[in-house]
Amino acid sequence: MRKRGFIGVLVLLGLTWAQQSVTLVGAGATFPYPLVAKYADAYVRLTGGKVRINYQSIGSGGGIRQFLEQTVHFGASDAPLDDQRMKEIRGRFKTNALNIGYALGAVVPTYNLPGVQEPLRFTGQVLANIFLGKIKTWNDPAIQELNPGVKLPPLPITVVHRSDGSGTTYVWADYLSKVSPEWAQKVGRGTSLAWPVGVGAKGNEGVAGVVRQTPGALGYVELTYAKQNGLAYGAVQNKAGRFVLADLASIKAAANVPLPGDMRVSLTNTAAPEGYPIASFTYLLLYEELSANKAVASEEEARALVQFVNWILTEGQRYNESLNYGALSPVAQQRALALLSRVTYKGKSIGKEIVNR
Amino acid sequence: MRWLYTHFGDRIFAFILLLLATGVMALALLMAYELYRGGSPVLHGFGLLGFALDTQWDPVRGKFGAWPYILGTLIVSLSALFLSFFPALATAIFVAEYAPKWLAQIINFLLDLMAAVPSVVYGLWGIFVLAPWLRDKVQLPLYFWASEHAPALLPLLGVPTGYGLMSAILILASMVVPYTAALARDAIALVPKEHREAAYALGATHWEVLRLAILPLARGGILAGAFLALGRAVGETMAVTMVIGNSHKLPYTIFGGAATMPSVIANEFTEAVEDLHLSALIAVGFLLFLVAMLVNFTAAYVLRRQERLVKGAL
Repeated sequence: MRKRGFIGVLVLLGLTWAQQSVTLVGAGATFPYPLVAKYADAYVRLTGGKVRINYQSIGSGGGIRQFLEQTVHFGASDAPLDDQRMKEIRGRFKTNALNIGYALGAVVPTYNLPGVQEPLRFTGQVLANIFLGKIKTWNDPAIQELNPGVKLPPLPITVVHRSDGSGTTYVWADYLSKVSPEWAQKVGRGTSLAWPVGVGAKGNEGVAGVVRQTPGALGYVELTYAKQNGLAYGAVQNKAGRFVLADLASIKAAANVPLPGDMRVSLTNTAAPEGYPIASFTYLLLYEELSANKAVASEEEARALVQFVNWILTEGQRYNESLNYGALSPVAQQRALALLSRVTYKGKSIGKEIVNR
Repeated sequence: MRWLYTHFGDRIFAFILLLLATGVMALALLMAYELYRGGSPVLHGFGLLGFALDTQWDPVRGKFGAWPYILGTLIVSLSALFLSFFPALATAIFVAEYAPKWLAQIINFLLDLMAAVPSVVYGLWGIFVLAPWLRDKVQLPLYFWASEHAPALLPLLGVPTGYGLMSAILILASMVVPYTAALARDAIALVPKEHREAAYALGATHWEVLRLAILPLARGGILAGAFLALGRAVGETMAVTMVIGNSHKLPYTIFGGAATMPSVIANEFTEAVEDLHLSALIAVGFLLFLVAMLVNFTAAYVLRRQERLVKGAL
């Protein structure tokens, strides 16, 4: 009896083997994890289990490192690879890395002000000065001037920031660096910063928790997080001078600007008149010549990978907005597909073939 | 199979034991070596002491100094140990000597439960209950009192947000109480009956028996518990990270934020994109390893001296 069970297991194993499913392994940013998980789930069902996706959300830093060590089919990062990394990859692997944006995220200023109902308005300069510790109370003239109808309490501002390294922090600091020369010079942009003031809390949930518990707190979180948890968040003045509240339309609009061909661009302080100024792409990382990646074992795997990314950029986009991530604008989608069509495997231009089908 | 029950079999057994035992040692050494290797770009670039004593930690500009984290770790864990030691000892004495059996059982059960609660739960409780309560009921009143009567204290107190050194120390103290208490309780229970009886026979009161016959003999176990608690406090990551405020700006204040070695590793590891940043975090891990080793060696030294003292007394 036991023997028969054993043989049964063997047969089952053999069957799954015979089905020849491809498993695509990816690693990287935690921010888009719910979205990638949704893609993976939908795509497995679409292909009848032939292509499985295994995405490990170990953080952008880990994602880039795994991508360079070639243990994964694709990496994922909240920020594109910088020039130095791009050069390093060209030197080491004799091919380019592609940074393919597939979704947009936004970061919103969230606050806890008892008695204030309508969304507050901020400018980048005011936000930078608050985070530099120069504006200390809520009834400061600089804030009052932007919100003439609101009775602001004389509470001290408790600045709350992420304590963990985070793409969210990068986007926030990137924006502040663009609008405030003083911020750029004193603090700069990065996933972890030397913060001038404030309380550090771990994760979006930590920041939200501290903000909720502290009257007078001001922090920053992902829009998805703020929406799902019903946090109060403010409108931010964009480059065109409009006060924009982050929503799916205004994030999508943020990418409606001339984009460079390699998509490595910072969307913060966007010039788009309807765009929300603190938005950014989140990226998939691929090698242009897939055979340079040790993790890609065969042409079949390479094709499955390109097909999956192609699906994300086209049909998969409809999952973005239901999960509160920004979808690609037509311009951005074109750019992303153009990048994907550059993918080759051993010289064969499989990217072009799959994208144009 | 018979050959197993001969000298030869004996030797195989001894060899396997040796292999496993050296494996444990090799594991510890390998861990230290790997941490050193991972951190070596920073340790060589800044020098071990330069890295450990520098106060600047700015990943954006590639400047790394671990002193704020070392200082934070020492302040938080030593204060937590100090705060928790006497209540824990009192609990142990009460359970072992005074409490009726049913009550002792309940207390023992609760102590075990306290040790078993995951630290993230302590952290959540800290964020949502302890920190707001401390801010409203302790820090703000103290702050206002100080600003009127003793403005010199203000720079020492810092900004009363609730998330900072004070909360971290209190949370950590409550987390390590069961360790000290459980070991002290067992040490007290292990004191031979003859010693108590001898003391009683001399006409000692309950308190005198405790002070003269029991505590001196149990001191080794009590100290061992304290060091175990200290080791736990030095390495505690999650709960501390959640309430400490995570600011590495020196000088630290009582209410204001601080940071510890485990907290900065847990915080910045996942998104450390630059190689130097990652290396600096691993180097912090190496320093933490050294600090933990130091604590253990001190513990071993104190315990051995204690044992010798007790043996001398007997």
